[in-house]
Amino acid sequence: MTAAGAAAPPTLAVEGLSTHFFTKAGVVRAVEDVSFTVDKGEVLGLVGESGSGKTVTGFSVLGLVDHPGRTVAGRILFRGEDLLAKSAAQWQQIRGSRIAMIFQDPMMTLNPVLRIDTQMIEAVQAHEKVSREEARQRARDALAQVGIPAAEERLKAYPHQFSGGMRQRVAIAIALINKPDLIIADEPTTALDVTIQAQILFEVQELCRKTGTALIWITHDLTVVAGLADKICVMYAGKIVEAGPIDGVLDHPAHPYSLGLIGSVPSRNKRGVPLAQIPGTTPSLLNLPPGCAFRDRCASAGEACGQEPDITLPLPDRPVRCHYPHAGTAP
Amino acid sequence: MSVFIIRRLMQSVLVIAIMGALVFFAVNVVGDPVDMLVNPEADQAEVERVLHALGLDRPLHEQFWFFVKNALRGDMGDSFIFGEPALKLIVQRIPATFELAVAALIMAVVVGIPCGVYAGLKPEARTSKAIMAGSILGFSLPTFWVGLMMIMVFAVMLGWLPSTGRGDTVQVMGIEVSFLTLDGLSHLVMPALNLALFKMSLVVRLARAGTREIVHQDYIKFARAKGVSEGRIILVHLMKNILIPVVTVLGLEFGNLIAFSVVTETVFAWPGMGKLIIDAINNLDRPIVVAYLMITVILFVTINLVVDIIYSLLDPRVRLGDLKR
Repeated sequence: MTAAGAAAPPTLAVEGLSTHFFTKAGVVRAVEDVSFTVDKGEVLGLVGESGSGKTVTGFSVLGLVDHPGRTVAGRILFRGEDLLAKSAAQWQQIRGSRIAMIFQDPMMTLNPVLRIDTQMIEAVQAHEKVSREEARQRARDALAQVGIPAAEERLKAYPHQFSGGMRQRVAIAIALINKPDLIIADEPTTALDVTIQAQILFEVQELCRKTGTALIWITHDLTVVAGLADKICVMYAGKIVEAGPIDGVLDHPAHPYSLGLIGSVPSRNKRGVPLAQIPGTTPSLLNLPPGCAFRDRCASAGEACGQEPDITLPLPDRPVRCHYPHAGTAP
Repeated sequence: MSVFIIRRLMQSVLVIAIMGALVFFAVNVVGDPVDMLVNPEADQAEVERVLHALGLDRPLHEQFWFFVKNALRGDMGDSFIFGEPALKLIVQRIPATFELAVAALIMAVVVGIPCGVYAGLKPEARTSKAIMAGSILGFSLPTFWVGLMMIMVFAVMLGWLPSTGRGDTVQVMGIEVSFLTLDGLSHLVMPALNLALFKMSLVVRLARAGTREIVHQDYIKFARAKGVSEGRIILVHLMKNILIPVVTVLGLEFGNLIAFSVVTETVFAWPGMGKLIIDAINNLDRPIVVAYLMITVILFVTINLVVDIIYSLLDPRVRLGDLKR
């Protein structure tokens, strides 16, 4: 890390990341050549359909890809240091203390047979030599921070005594407890009802602004990122097909897939008109045929799409992976 | 918690009462003990005398009331053969059987859980496959045959371990135990291992299945994402979850170990309850059979109660479900 603030590396810079799953049926290229950066205090929205590789990207950054998956190429530069070059023990020290993750399903992320305090205290003590009482105090503060009343009593409770929204708050409190530089949130509000979702979104946004924590928000819901993110990456079939500042991408999508995603947000439809949708389904990532993975579902597909498109920059700051990028008007 | 225990105790008493009636009438249907006791050449008067002495000339319902009245006072009747109280004969044999069963259970847990967890964590490893193959053998080889083979190898061919009996015993609080003397321990190892083999295989399979399931749960991954060490994840997060099914099954199996260690006790001439009950059945010694079955029923009921309590300690969700009622 450099001393001068101006030259400081971004909190996270992912370069050419590829994570493949080596299954018996063949190689699944879940994440292929993915690059993005997140700066201090910045919120990056990672958007795509189910199975587009968003979650695997998040797990790759933490080094938590399950067997038979493996990160086969690329660099994950966390504050300038390549995580892939680190030993398992060093990476374990970074996980939970410098980079934290919030999972999708709050019903499943807390161990049902361990008390909340056990699960919070171990998160502190895994990284710092502090007394149990000190760790407990921090757990109490973290619970209060995410708006859980009577934190002291709730510490003694078991996960099943919390509602889904409360459990997700506990999970967020655990993610915040060591004041990380980066939080990866994998659809943390998908399993919650809309009012809770709004509260949690608001609180996470507040916390990041206050502490300067960078945030990667993984979601399939464009309306969620629209109000939250600074930047957006749209993923399709394991690749980033379009990236850029949130307003630019949402107002002037260049990739036909981004265009389709934005077009299928229900609130944009007129009453009585069938909901817009992207025809077809996501291709199987197993033995993906050569060429653009979106071409079978794409209205603008042409001759060149039999070839894999490279990343081009039709506008500055707006990388797009398409042979026929959209002219750039609002849909 | 106390409401839960009281309710379970009442259920237990009911189960014991019903079993008492069933056992008493069932045993009275089978065979005629007088044939076994009286000299075949004895005359009718002699048969009548024995019948009267044993109380077998009374109507069945009177015999039953007599049995219930005495049973409530802890008297299960005298053995037809030995002429001593049946309960006393059995209780004398309990420590030996109990010691054997506990030793077998400890072996099953100490060997079974680590092997099962290992096989669950690394299902592709050669060692894991060997463990699983071994557990199939443990399941399928008949106990008596394994016992005989063990005697063949370790007692006859190698001469390392004695083949029969309990060896030297020490009195601990008035109970004879073998495991505190070296000689007793060497007598205990083979029968305990023989008895443990099946349970060990069971524990391996349970622990492996549990591990395979739990290891893919989100909360294990979340614990990793917190930076918790792998050792703590296995010992705390994983272990506490897989112990729930293991405790349930082992509780029931412990009753089985005690009640049905007949085969092992016979092969190794271990002076426990199993040997006594086999002889009693052969001689139609009804009081011993009835007393033995009643003890077995009480044993199972008690173990089930203890298991339920341990279970609720391990799994907080069981506790809450009860409080709500």
